[in-house]
Amino acid sequence: MSEQTMDAAAATVAERPQTARTVQPPAGQPGRGRKAFDGTLNVFSHAFLVVWGLLTALPLLWVVLSSFKDDAEILGDPWGLPSALRFDNFARAWTHGNIGQYFVNTGIVLAGSLTLTMLLGATAAYALARYKFLGSRLVYFVFVGGMMFPVVLAFVPLFKIVGGVGLRDTLPGLMLIYTAYSLPFTVFFLTAFFRTLPDAVAEAAYIDGCGPFRTFFRVMLPMAKPGLISVGIFNFLGHWNQYLLPVVLITSDEKQVLAQGLANLAISEGYRGDYSRLFAGLTLAMLPVLVVYAVFQRQVQSGLTAGQMK
Amino acid sequence: MRHGKYPLLLAFLLPPLALYGYFVVSPYAQSFLIAMTDWQGLSPAYEFVGFDNFKRMLGDEYVWNALLNNLWLLVLLPLLTIALGLFLATMLNVGGRGGRSTVTGVRGSGLYKVIYFAPQMLSVSIVGVLWAEVYNPRSGLLNSALRALGLDGLAKVWLGDPAYAFWAVLAVMVWANVGFYVVLFGAAMQSVPRDIYEAAALDGASRLTTLVRITVPLLWDTIQVAWVYLAILALDGFALIHVMTRGGPNFSTDVVGLRLYTEAFGDYKWGYASAIGVVMFFVTLSVTVLSLRLTRRERIELS
Repeated sequence: MSEQTMDAAAATVAERPQTARTVQPPAGQPGRGRKAFDGTLNVFSHAFLVVWGLLTALPLLWVVLSSFKDDAEILGDPWGLPSALRFDNFARAWTHGNIGQYFVNTGIVLAGSLTLTMLLGATAAYALARYKFLGSRLVYFVFVGGMMFPVVLAFVPLFKIVGGVGLRDTLPGLMLIYTAYSLPFTVFFLTAFFRTLPDAVAEAAYIDGCGPFRTFFRVMLPMAKPGLISVGIFNFLGHWNQYLLPVVLITSDEKQVLAQGLANLAISEGYRGDYSRLFAGLTLAMLPVLVVYAVFQRQVQSGLTAGQMK
Repeated sequence: MRHGKYPLLLAFLLPPLALYGYFVVSPYAQSFLIAMTDWQGLSPAYEFVGFDNFKRMLGDEYVWNALLNNLWLLVLLPLLTIALGLFLATMLNVGGRGGRSTVTGVRGSGLYKVIYFAPQMLSVSIVGVLWAEVYNPRSGLLNSALRALGLDGLAKVWLGDPAYAFWAVLAVMVWANVGFYVVLFGAAMQSVPRDIYEAAALDGASRLTTLVRITVPLLWDTIQVAWVYLAILALDGFALIHVMTRGGPNFSTDVVGLRLYTEAFGDYKWGYASAIGVVMFFVTLSVTVLSLRLTRRERIELS
């Protein structure tokens, strides 16, 4: 059925010359009626777009506004504006709520895990994409196969293994684990990317006297920049948002990362009833990524969707 | 290029393979073995019990309940997210019809896309904490909105009532994911030649007809990817539910991943927990394969 539609559509395109666009439909045709109908539909669809926009934006705005309120305002007047800008909520969240410590931990882990992921992912992908050797396909499938397994399946043995090498409840341990679990997608994506790069450039570099290592770092890696950016954004968000692995591997409070610390904060603040501190903490955790996103939204959107389209 | 091939291969492949093998492949492999044991976690002693854990699972109503919740998510999450995503993407990309038969996006579509996509940037834990506050029966955004509208009767203890908690969590999952698919479908629509939409508009096709008979068939590849991705998401659900409800109230939001976690780190039944993980792996695998099979269609060539 779909093919028929397609044929019909294609045929109409072929039949009508370009000038058809300026030709008015004959009077009395469904043109007018349809226009009115489309008009109402237009209002309806705009309303729908606005409604979904509000549904998306309102909760976020509400959190930001609530972070300036005191507890009485939060509980008594959830929709009202804050009567004053209470920046001390943020100060309390940063120090008492440990949000500051969680930020630092997340920053440290991310710096390490992203560097490692990109370096190890790019080198492995390059070796797999550009060289044929015995078992190269097997190695590729071992890497890519990791995407099929639900991470919770690994929880129990991982807990044991990481403990066995003394990395449980440490930030370097978290870096290595994040890297290891990011490799399947990174290798998969970058292998496809390195395959698309022209052989001629690598050969020219070789003739100009570049060794294989120099060819990679000076020629191929810079050419792969668009792919590296896509996969870099993907991994940045993935690691920044990671919740499962820290919940299993980090136990002491001062080593928690932001996502995990915030969830625990929500539980403890809920008991204690310090809502203003919780909202301030949420805002602190939420705003940096949203601001970065607002600035780079085009790159972020295309980077993430490119990762999914492959 | 062949010169110096092996030093490079060793230097480039050994470190990532070692890390990956040790922290990813070996735990996955071990979990299949542990699933055959009665390991209690705290002591190193254990015995092989064959398929006992799997037999026990057959009679474990908590596992069945969790699995059922996952299956509901599996049906509802992709359906709602893809339908809503397709609809919004259509509005944004081919919804506007400026003059006669010029097909464009509606005004302000760029801004809409930026807003819709924003939840994608937030971590599951932020989304979970945020919505737990929105659902807060006393001070939450939702109940106070209902009261302000005079609909006091509709105000609920959303996450505390077994009748509503599952739906409340499902709504959050849809909320957090739709924006991504609006952008993904939008990107796919951009690669469809404008002519096709313009021809449809000239022929008097309504927007709904255009969506069902032109957009959906042309975007089928992308929809299929979306389906698989959302299905995997629906079979997991651990993180969001761990943050929002921990599976409660009365196990109404429990999912298989959370069950595994509770058995493993709450009750230290490592063998049993691993067996749950193994079942989950096979369910995930079959769902992926099945949905790829079922959604397979002939590819439409555009040129």
